[in-house]
Amino acid sequence: MEKFLLRNVGVPNSHEIDVYIGRGGYQALAKALKEFEPQELVNLVRESGLRGRGGAGFPAGVKWSFLPKGVYPRYLVCNADEGEPGTFKDRVLIEHDPHGLIEGIIISSYACEVEHAFIYIRGEYVFGAKRLEKAVAQAYERGYLGRNILGSGYDLELTVHRGAGSYVCGEETGLLTSLEGDRGHPKLKPPFPASQGLYRKPTIINNVETLFNVPFIVEHGAEWYKGFGTERSPGLKLFCISGHVNKPGVYELPLGTPMMTLINDYAGGPSKPIKTVIPGGSSTPMLPPDVLETLTLDYEALAAAGSMLGSGAVIVVGEGTCIVRLVERLAEFYRHESCGKCIPCREGTDWLYKIMHRIEHGQGREEDIDLLLDICDNISGKSFCPLGDAALGPITSSIKHFRDEYLYHIRERRCMV
Amino acid sequence: MLSENAKAEIEQLKGKYPDPKSALLPALYVAQREHGWLSPEVMRDVAEVMDLPPAEVASVASFYTMFNRQPVGENLIQVCTNISCSLLGAEHIVEYLKSKLGIDVGETTPDNKFTLVTVECLGSCGTAPMMQVNDTYYENLTEEKIDRILAELAERKG
Ligand SMILES: Cc1cc2nc3c(=O)[nH]c(=O)nc-3n(C[C@H](O)[C@H](O)[C@H](O)COP(=O)(O)O)c2cc1C
Ligand code: SF4
Ligand code: FES
Repeated sequence: MEKFLLRNVGVPNSHEIDVYIGRGGYQALAKALKEFEPQELVNLVRESGLRGRGGAGFPAGVKWSFLPKGVYPRYLVCNADEGEPGTFKDRVLIEHDPHGLIEGIIISSYACEVEHAFIYIRGEYVFGAKRLEKAVAQAYERGYLGRNILGSGYDLELTVHRGAGSYVCGEETGLLTSLEGDRGHPKLKPPFPASQGLYRKPTIINNVETLFNVPFIVEHGAEWYKGFGTERSPGLKLFCISGHVNKPGVYELPLGTPMMTLINDYAGGPSKPIKTVIPGGSSTPMLPPDVLETLTLDYEALAAAGSMLGSGAVIVVGEGTCIVRLVERLAEFYRHESCGKCIPCREGTDWLYKIMHRIEHGQGREEDIDLLLDICDNISGKSFCPLGDAALGPITSSIKHFRDEYLYHIRERRCMV
Repeated sequence: MLSENAKAEIEQLKGKYPDPKSALLPALYVAQREHGWLSPEVMRDVAEVMDLPPAEVASVASFYTMFNRQPVGENLIQVCTNISCSLLGAEHIVEYLKSKLGIDVGETTPDNKFTLVTVECLGSCGTAPMMQVNDTYYENLTEEKIDRILAELAERKG
C-alpha cells in the first residue's frame, strides 16, 4: 500500500526542511492559508471524520467546533507525551518527520484561530525534542512560523516544551497543569479545555498523530480521506506492534484492516503461538486468541470484542508467558503513576498491586480473585480522571480469560508455565 | 550555587511563555544540567529566579521522576521493565547489569561511574529490550551489546 503518514520515514535526512520541502512539504499549508477560511478548515476536518489518535477517538473537527466564539487568545497543545506502555508511533513521526508534525500544527492552529501553540513532549524523548527544536527554528527562518506566515497576515508562535517523567501528564488536563509549571494533577471537567484550558483560555489538545493527518486532508480532501477505513472509523492509522512477533515496529494501515493481516503480513507473524493480544496499549482489555481471526482494527470492532483501539499499540503475548506476572507488572505501573489526588485510584491501585504481588509470589488466597474484582468495581467510574479506570483493564480481562491460571498460582503456589 | 549563565538562561526561558511560571520545568532542567541533581540549595536559587516560593519549586520537582533529588553517578542507566520489554527479557538484562556492575537496582558503583535504575515504558517497545543511559537510547539489547556500551562509557572521561 502507498504510504502517507510514514512517507518520509526512511528517507535520508527526512528531518531537514529542504528534504521535506523537496518532497512536497508545506504545500498543504500554503493551500490552507490561501484557499480556506479558518471555519472552512474546521468543517473540512469534521467532514473527513478524523478521530483523535491519542486513545479516546473523539472526532477532531467536532472538538475544534466547541471553541467558544470570539474568545481569544486561544491555544493549541500537541500532546507528545506518549506514555501508554506499548506505544511508540509518535516518536517515529517526531524523529523522522518533525516538519510533517509542525505543518499539521500550523494548519490546525490557523483553523482554530490560535496565536500560540505548544508541543508537550515527554522528557525522555531528548533526541526527538532536539529534532523538533531544530525543525521549529528552520520553520521560523523560512517564514512558516512567526509573523505574517507566507504573507497571509496570520501569526503563530510555536514552543517545544519538555515534560519530566509522569504518565498522568499525558491526560489532557494533567498536561495543561504541568505546562503551567505545576505538579501534573488532572482537573475536573467541565470546564473542558476547549472553553477553559491553558491559562484558563480556550485550548485545543490533540495527539501528534491526529495533527499529522491534517495536511493530508487539506491536500487531498475529506472524500479522499474517507475512502480509507470503515464508515465509522475512516482514515489511516499507525499501529505499533511489539512483543512476540518477528518484525515488531510501526505500520500504517487503513482502519478496519484485519488484526491477522497486521500480525502476519506486516509484523512477520508471531514468534510463538499466541496466548493473548493486548490490542491498544497496556490499559486496553486483553483478548483471547480465538477472537483474533475475525477481528478488524477499528474503533467499533474492538469495542464489540470487549476492548479498545486505544493508541493503536498491539502487544502480542506468546505461549509460555505467565499472565499473573504480566498483570502484576502492569499493576505496578499504574500504582506508580497514580498521582494520588483521589482516594479510589490512590488506594485502589496500591491494593491491586499488593494482591497481584502476593498471588505472583505464591501467597495468594482463593478469595483474592473476588477481592481484585471488588476493588476494580470500587475504582470504576469513581476516580477523578481516567487513569483509575485504565488500571482495571488488564486485571478484569485477565481474570475473565485466564482465571485458571490465577487459581493454579494460588493453589500450587507457583507458575503454570 | 546556580551560575550567572544559568540564571540568565532561565530569565530568557520565562519570556518564551505567556505566563513565566510555565518556565519552571525548563528551569529545573537547566539547573540539573549544571549540577547533575537538584539539591535544596540549587532549587532555592531556581525559586529566586522564578520568583516562586522555594517550597513550591521543591514540591513541583518532586512530582516528576526525571528530576534527581539525590546525586546520581556519571552515567544513569535506566532499564525499561514494562510490558513489551519484559516479554523480551528485560529481567535478564537487569540481572546481567547487576552482576556486571556489582550493584543492586537503585545503587551507584563505588567509583561513581554508574547508577542503575529500572523505569517505565520509554516508547521503544518495538526495539525491546532497551535502556536509556543519560540522554541516549540503546535498543535491541543483548549481553554483548551491553558489554560494549559499558566499556565505552567507562572509558569516557567524567
Ligand atoms: C492517563 C492518561 C494518559 C494519557 N496519555 C496520552 C498520551 O501520552 N498521548 C496522547 O495523545 N493522549 C493521551 N491521553 C489522552 C488525552 O487525555 C487526550 O484525550 C488526547 O490527547 C486528545 O487528543 P486526540 O483527541 O487527538 O486523541 C491520555 C489519557 C489518560 C487518561
Ligand atoms: S484517578 Fe488517579 S491519576 Fe487520576 S486524579 Fe485520581 S489519583 Fe490522580
Ligand atoms: S515497554 Fe519498554 S520501551 Fe515500551
